[in-house]
Amino acid sequence: MLWLIQLIILIIVVITALAAITVRDLLGAAILFGAYSFMMCLLWAIMGAVDVAFTEASVGAGISTVLFVSAVFRTSRRTKD
Amino acid sequence: MKAAGAIVVLLFGSLLIYCTLDFPSWGDPTSPASTHVSPYYIENTLKDTSVPNIVTAVLADYRGYDTMFETIVIFSAGIACLFLLRRFKHVEPDTRLYRHVPTGITFRIEKGGRYPRESDLFERIDLQWVPHDLIIKTTCRMIIPFIQIFALYVIAHGHHSPGGGFQGGVILGASVILFAVSHNLRSSTNRISERNTVLLCTLGVFLYVATGGLSLLLGSNFLDYSALSQIFGVDPVTARSHGILLVEIGVGMAVMAVMISLYYNLASAGKQDEGL
Amino acid sequence: MHDLTLIIISKLNYWIYISLMMIGLYAMIVKNNLVKKIIGMNILQTAVILFFISIGAKNKATIPIIEHAHGPGDHAVSAVNYINPLPHVLMLTAIVVAVATLGVALALIIKLHQQYNTLEEDEILAQLKDN
Repeated sequence: MLWLIQLIILIIVVITALAAITVRDLLGAAILFGAYSFMMCLLWAIMGAVDVAFTEASVGAGISTVLFVSAVFRTSRRTKD
Repeated sequence: MKAAGAIVVLLFGSLLIYCTLDFPSWGDPTSPASTHVSPYYIENTLKDTSVPNIVTAVLADYRGYDTMFETIVIFSAGIACLFLLRRFKHVEPDTRLYRHVPTGITFRIEKGGRYPRESDLFERIDLQWVPHDLIIKTTCRMIIPFIQIFALYVIAHGHHSPGGGFQGGVILGASVILFAVSHNLRSSTNRISERNTVLLCTLGVFLYVATGGLSLLLGSNFLDYSALSQIFGVDPVTARSHGILLVEIGVGMAVMAVMISLYYNLASAGKQDEGL
Repeated sequence: MHDLTLIIISKLNYWIYISLMMIGLYAMIVKNNLVKKIIGMNILQTAVILFFISIGAKNKATIPIIEHAHGPGDHAVSAVNYINPLPHVLMLTAIVVAVATLGVALALIIKLHQQYNTLEEDEILAQLKDN
């Protein structure tokens, strides 16, 4: 039963990782990266690594996304590739 | 370029997949990773340090030297970002935007006009004009104290539950960033200025190193917290638990200051007058 | 044929972690935009951390916080009941280093944009060649 949840979250992780590097809008890529971080945190919490999941939830889904969005705000938002 | 990248990636990927054919199966209790060193830590942590959270005990006590250098790494990242971006010469912008608080009218004053004096009636807003949002400002003002209390709880309760110094420090930094995002960067800089953040960061690293140096002065090894039992007046096992709490506080302070400083420098591209 | 499917089922999750690492590495090498390269670097870092955490997992074992630690009675702690805490310690340091690297990398990107007014790698190389 646990392996089913892990499989579904793994598939979502791979999809968000592929989408974050393919999307042409840099703000969308930053938000997708935040979603990827949060799904990783869930995966680690299921595997039993609660300290690491706590850290990734606060750092990846919180600080990392804000820093990316402010860097995109100060530079350009669109990209050709 | 794309072909070369694809070939490199496929090569590495197939090499790694070939190596996984020798791995033990998932979740095996007799795998080599779980039978050499870790049984010692699992069985003896409670006896040696009286801290139930094994990860915090190993991070701050058995491997405290690595954590000290990790704190120094994050301190140097904050200083590097400051050196890269910070521009100290203050260039006055040509126009300023003000809002008249009772009626909500926004007006702009070009260069050469007269600026209103500092009073409660006129509030200066950023050049990227955003509408005045009462709901977000009030909600964030009410939530931020509770976020900070929770962060202090995470630092203090890291012995018994998941958490510790680093997680609590990040949540504290995130609360100040929330304040800077919901209001504007200038009001956040008025409360926690750049000089105070750098001071806090240095103080956090110094607290960690001073705890180690104190145990050195008391006659034992560097970062051996059982020597602190002479100061606290308890047995060495409890003294190790108190020493872990001290260094977690140092790590939390340093991490909070670096997160705030990173946001200040990145959101304003070094000038620290207007942000997101 | 039967043991081939047995091999695939038992090692499938390791292969998915390796494919995540390769997605991150591909983005770092191939993409033109600098922000995409940084996103690829972070995907690679978190995939490596996921791989390490999966090594420490144990069947029918609980999280590495000792239960009923300060209660009455004596506690016999057996290593079989708790999952391996050592990879978690290493990975906490790895996450801290990842966020520090991210901060410095984004500062470098803002500085580059102020100098060259673009974030695409081929345009920056063309401007360097002109000068």
